[in-house]
Amino acid sequence: MALLEVEDLHVEFRTRDGVARVLNGVSYHVDAGETLAVLGESGSGKSVTAQAVMGILDSPPAFVTKGAVRFHDEDLLTMAAEARRETRASGIAMVFQDALSALNPVFTVGFQIEEQLRVRRGMSRADARKRAIELLDLVKIPHAAQRVREYPHQFSGGMRQRAMIAMSLALDPEVLIADEPTTALDVTVQAQIMDLLAEIQRDRKMGMILITHDLGVVAEVADRIAVMYAGRIVEQADAVTLFRSPGHPYTEALMASMPRLDQKGTELNTIKGLPPNLMRIPSGCPFHPRCARVQDVCRVDVPRQHNLGLGHSSACHFAEEVVGG
Amino acid sequence: MSDPTSATSEAVAEAGGGATLGKPRGLMGDAWRELRVRPLFWISIAIITLVLLIAIFPGLFAHADPNLGMLSRSRKPPSGEAWFGYDQQGYDVYARAIYGTRASLLVGLLATIGVVILGSVLGILSGFYGGWLDAVLSRVSDIFVGIPFVLGAIVILTSLNTAGQGGAVRIISLVVLSIAALSWPVAMRIMRSAAITAKQQDYVKAARALGASPTRIIVRHMLPNCLAPVLVYSTIALGAFIGAEATLSYLGVGLRNPVVSWGVMINDAKDYIRVAPHALLFPSAFLTVTVLAFVMLGDAVREALDPKLR
Amino acid sequence: MGRYVLRRLLQMIPVFLGTTFLIYALVWAVPGDPFAGKCGERECPEQYVQAMRAQFNMDDPLLVQYGKYILNLLQGDFGKTFSGTEVADRIAATFPVTVRLAIVALIIEAIIGISAGIVSGLRNRGFLDSLVLVSTLFLISIPVFVTGSVVQLVFGIQLGWISPTIKGTGFTDLIVPGFVLASLSMAYVARLTRASISESRRADYVRTAFAKGLPQSRVVGVHMLRNSLIPVITFLGTDLGAFMGGAIVTEGIFNVPGIGGLIYKSIQTKEGVMVTGLVTLLVLVYLLMTLLVDMLYAVLDPRIRYE
Repeated sequence: MALLEVEDLHVEFRTRDGVARVLNGVSYHVDAGETLAVLGESGSGKSVTAQAVMGILDSPPAFVTKGAVRFHDEDLLTMAAEARRETRASGIAMVFQDALSALNPVFTVGFQIEEQLRVRRGMSRADARKRAIELLDLVKIPHAAQRVREYPHQFSGGMRQRAMIAMSLALDPEVLIADEPTTALDVTVQAQIMDLLAEIQRDRKMGMILITHDLGVVAEVADRIAVMYAGRIVEQADAVTLFRSPGHPYTEALMASMPRLDQKGTELNTIKGLPPNLMRIPSGCPFHPRCARVQDVCRVDVPRQHNLGLGHSSACHFAEEVVGG
Repeated sequence: MSDPTSATSEAVAEAGGGATLGKPRGLMGDAWRELRVRPLFWISIAIITLVLLIAIFPGLFAHADPNLGMLSRSRKPPSGEAWFGYDQQGYDVYARAIYGTRASLLVGLLATIGVVILGSVLGILSGFYGGWLDAVLSRVSDIFVGIPFVLGAIVILTSLNTAGQGGAVRIISLVVLSIAALSWPVAMRIMRSAAITAKQQDYVKAARALGASPTRIIVRHMLPNCLAPVLVYSTIALGAFIGAEATLSYLGVGLRNPVVSWGVMINDAKDYIRVAPHALLFPSAFLTVTVLAFVMLGDAVREALDPKLR
Repeated sequence: MGRYVLRRLLQMIPVFLGTTFLIYALVWAVPGDPFAGKCGERECPEQYVQAMRAQFNMDDPLLVQYGKYILNLLQGDFGKTFSGTEVADRIAATFPVTVRLAIVALIIEAIIGISAGIVSGLRNRGFLDSLVLVSTLFLISIPVFVTGSVVQLVFGIQLGWISPTIKGTGFTDLIVPGFVLASLSMAYVARLTRASISESRRADYVRTAFAKGLPQSRVVGVHMLRNSLIPVITFLGTDLGAFMGGAIVTEGIFNVPGIGGLIYKSIQTKEGVMVTGLVTLLVLVYLLMTLLVDMLYAVLDPRIRYE
């Protein structure tokens, strides 16, 4: 039994111009103490999955049409609204990409951390303040006792993201979802934030879902990796296996498009074409128009998950060949 | 992609992408596509067209003489003969409301043109050149904004528009001028901020770097991009100015005999509201529906031009 | 903040002088005999005219006249009318009534406008939303004198629910005129609130608040409202200043003995000193209100800091 398990999740966006099928059967799980990285281009559905798990999709336009999100073996999607609200932040918490817009500009950082403690835990103002300062200390914000009284815009980008992390930890969640936590930051700060997240995950033995499009980040901290494309998981494996022998042409192409020092001077490989239009997902394997190994069968049949052993699976008709190189 | 709305718009943009490849649409084209499907837009267009027709050809809509006052039929309520009844002076209210359309519309139209031209020119110069010109023009506009509209108009009009003086043309132009004099700062501020935004755009910077003359930059590059907000403002202002004329006439300082307008009629009727309410209500209804049409049109255009509101 | 206020106050001086001069010039420099009709049917006696011209410095050039007027004003002397009434006394009698009317209007505007805006902003594109949108369109389109006349006619004369003109000048007496005065701005407040709410509904920080597991009432009542109401409150502030000058029509319809009626009468009877005095006062109120609004903005939005 996994701590958090997403099963066959389908989400569509009903817009005036038509229905976009954003998630088409996403399944993944995360256990306590492990980090799952969800990798994919923008529009692949990795953030939408996270929001569906949190239950914060904007509906309309977004609707969950099928699937389950099980936390401690209980389906969050069918749970009473009030009970589900109780799991937020204390069961599963989320760190957002852009802390500047994700934090409320008119309240102090302290207020926004203390708020949950007071509303959800019934703590007194003074106790909540004390805890907020501890949390800011925990994420290594210097002079926490002073900074707790400041507003988000008075923080630097990196400090703001640290405050965001402190806020997500306030109710001691068992699972932390970090949605591109370093994308909005300077390169030098990115590594510090990633290290901090990894450290906190290890110390607290949390399950962490790290959403990113950055292969470098994935390589450093992920235990397992799920690669998403067009609202599907196309490949899942532990980090070492995935990097060593990818089982899906899309993963292969992603790896090949990463700049490498040892190949300086040669032209970068890019994936040709664009991510698919989610209102008209190609027939068969959605990746086939961009795939270097495309065959006739790919245009017709949707590939099933091929089990490649040791938790490695790939949704490619020719997964075994791809793994073999 | 931290919020689903941006995901939606991405999805929508992707969806639209396939259909419109090779045929890029401009802002105006987008706005038009958006407007076409709005019922409120078509309702307001229909009302405005009708009101314009009435203003141009009042004879087609009313056969009674609007200036024939017969005291014998004073304050008679609506009947088959006179749909809206007669007022205190025994004028046919329907005929007068029809014939009054022209003056009301004319004042609104001329005041809008005046405000938009004056405000836009000053605003775009102020926004483009900045510096002391901007400082002076902005302070001058502050001075005019500080005067409450109704108050300022009353002072101007009682000083200049003394009773018994001048014909229809003089009266109308005085009312138009006083509305324009007190309202131009709004148009100027809208244009100024649009111009400041446009000036910071890369293509304007590029044009300046390439040595284009200020006149060319203003006319060719900035003006087309500043027009949208002023256009929206002027549609709504047109409605507001028609209402302003009526308010001033109601107070007895705006239009007056021999000019017939809705405001004049309302002013004539206000003292007899207890005994002949129809003489007040019908011109008020004409006025309200016309103003409503312009406000609705402005609203629809604004929403169509602003992608955020879609 | 202190330096900012000081700078703003200094900037106000030229605007204040410009506006008052403009009004002064319009009132005093127009052609025509200011004493026509002041002495009944007859021409005014030469002696009287001489004395009056001296009292109002009318033989000086316009700028000097204005200068003397402003200097007196700074010492708190609003001057006397032709008939010898102290302008300051009349202001003291009427100003509180108008202030009360404006406050009543502001309260009505805030309560109805904000609640309508919140309701329609939270239910985008539902029945209530459409209802609010259509009714605000109507309110914006109906001139205040029509609203006032219709309210007076229907509720005052035909149904007899209210007195057609007010009975006193207390806060409760002013509810009906206040409602009429507020009708237009109420529509603007509702639309502004609606736009502001539906914008913040999509804001990232609202999603964060939901992700924190806060109850919906708190997310809406604390996180959304606090942000959405910033522009609304500042609009209300400017409106209070505008109500003072815009009350002429409403005060006229309901016979409210406020500043609007006084101005209107003074303009008609060409009491120049009274008109300039009142307009000066209103301009001052307006300017101070705009300053107050800007300061309020800084208080409400911590991101704004004036240097």
